[in-house]
Amino acid sequence: MPESFSKEVTIVNELGLHARSAAKIAGISQKAKAEVRIVRDGTAVDAKSIIDMLTLACGKGSRIRIEIDSASDMNILKKIVSLVESGFGE
Amino acid sequence: MPENKEIVLRGIAAAPGICIGKAYLVDREGVNVIRRYHLADAELEDEKDRFKTAVKKSTEELRSIIEETPEDFREHAAILETHVALLRDKMLYGKAIERIEEEKINAEWALKNVVSELKGMFSSMSDAYFRERAADVVHVSDRIMRNLIGKERVNIKNIDKRVILVATDLSPAETSQIQLERIKGFVTDGGGVTSHTGIIARTLQIPAVLGLNNASRIIRNDDIIVVDGTDGTLIVNPRDYTLVEYEERKSRYERQKSLITRTGRHSAATKDNIHIQVMGNIELPEEVFLVRDNGGNGIGLYRTEFQYLQSSGFPSEDELFDKYRDVVEIMAPHPVTIRTLDINGDKAASYTGSLDEANPALGLRAIRYCLTRPDVFRTQLRAILRAAAFGSVRILFPMISGLNEVLEAKKFLAQAAGSLAEEGKTFRADIETGIMIEVPSAVVIADLLAEEVDFFSIGTNDLIQYALAIDRGNRYVSHLYQPLHPAVLRMIRQVTAAAEEKNIRVSMCGEMAGDPIYIPVLLGLGISELSMTPQAIPAVKNTVRSLNMGECRDFSREIFSKTGDREAREFLDKHYGYITEQIYFG
Repeated sequence: MPESFSKEVTIVNELGLHARSAAKIAGISQKAKAEVRIVRDGTAVDAKSIIDMLTLACGKGSRIRIEIDSASDMNILKKIVSLVESGFGE
Repeated sequence: MPENKEIVLRGIAAAPGICIGKAYLVDREGVNVIRRYHLADAELEDEKDRFKTAVKKSTEELRSIIEETPEDFREHAAILETHVALLRDKMLYGKAIERIEEEKINAEWALKNVVSELKGMFSSMSDAYFRERAADVVHVSDRIMRNLIGKERVNIKNIDKRVILVATDLSPAETSQIQLERIKGFVTDGGGVTSHTGIIARTLQIPAVLGLNNASRIIRNDDIIVVDGTDGTLIVNPRDYTLVEYEERKSRYERQKSLITRTGRHSAATKDNIHIQVMGNIELPEEVFLVRDNGGNGIGLYRTEFQYLQSSGFPSEDELFDKYRDVVEIMAPHPVTIRTLDINGDKAASYTGSLDEANPALGLRAIRYCLTRPDVFRTQLRAILRAAAFGSVRILFPMISGLNEVLEAKKFLAQAAGSLAEEGKTFRADIETGIMIEVPSAVVIADLLAEEVDFFSIGTNDLIQYALAIDRGNRYVSHLYQPLHPAVLRMIRQVTAAAEEKNIRVSMCGEMAGDPIYIPVLLGLGISELSMTPQAIPAVKNTVRSLNMGECRDFSREIFSKTGDREAREFLDKHYGYITEQIYFG
């Protein structure tokens, strides 16, 4: 069982976790060595899949948790967190 | 090779006739005809590669579009970047490849299934923004599909062999795309007698069995199927002797049909010598020939919307007059019943400014619309009165729900006549004026309305829809659309009783009037004119000749005691069920 790390963040941008912002997360996650998940209200989705993330329908103000399975992906976790917190640079 | 087993399915007999031929599956969206086939294990790798190549090609296409996008359209380019990422999304790309491998099916079918699942998932989301993301997925997958099918892409527009069309459902837009002369028959999972496909099939006399639920999943492309639109039977992979049996049934049907057509011009009187006027409904002026050739005693309903929907602005009085005059002259001395514009704000929106109506069926349409647009209404009324000088014209106002609408419409008509007289134009003012009875309130006040008009025309399609609160296009409730519902029969009787009292005529112009099985009920209830799709005229006339009016009256009194549409239907089938068989097979 791999060790998991996670961090909770709030979606702050107007449009929420929409197609383009999800594409940005997927772009970062694709470089991860292990799984990266976005969890909202107990539902976990693959952060490498835009479609999967869209199914969470996260509007502005949603709390999400970003999870990684390998310590070597710590950098990925940090990048996603700062991307979400910056409102995806919108 | 596995033996193909004969499968018999029962659906709704939506258009009579029998055809035997190859099945042609049409995609749900109707645009692409996507074939489904199974693959051998050894072919799976190649199939996956074929899919990957199509995705790669799609990526390249999008990349080059992005490169060509000017700086100013950065926003648009960003959406395309998202689409590039979506192309490789595991929920789409990964799932499709999985599907090819697990189900051993071709890439097109795998992709199609994955996309419809994703669409279903998105459409159930509560937030509108996320719900609409299905569009992005569809957009991306359409591109892949195009590259998969490549040059061989089949479009519903280009079907060039005689096939039987099999679909989950067909929208009006799709049926309008099909080159119908190429289609031998229709088979759909959804739909019913009164669905758009059903109406089209009957008009073109193409056999149709609809409402089969899962036919499109059972039938494969190029399967031999038998469609029997006379009783709703569909047979997949018929055995030899089934084929022989149906070839024979088909020729009996065709023999009887030509016999009935030959007698189409003979007059229609019941055995006890009561004459019934059997007329045609038309939409395009050219259809007047169909009415004449099928032996129609006139036109009971000339829908005039077409000219308004065709042109980019409202047609001029002269344009309208020219067409009306053609129809009136060709039909003379028989009457032509011209219904005034039955357009809704929605359809008129392209040149009258957009109307945002949540429920157009209950909105600003037909007479309501015309009374708010005196300019539009007056132009049409003048054209009708001018055409009336060339034959026998009756005018029909649609969607009347109260007496004031009749009075106002008649005032407009009188003003139109007055203005034509002033200008010294040739016209005729003393024409019969009637109203459509299609809103339940008009039934209730039929006695009041009868004072003001020369005839009633019952539009059963809308009347049943409004009275029973059934959208017949809605597959979930269309089975509740029942012409023999006691409420419908009582409404018809209420209208004919009010008309008899005031000594005016009642005609019927809905689907019900063109279906031979209902004729005994309608005649018994006091309908003296029937108007229908022109092709149905010979069969209805044939039926009228086989009936006895006295018996029909007794029968309709008895059917009144039936408490539900099912009981009424059983009673009708018991006494007059032979009509259908007689029409089809002599």
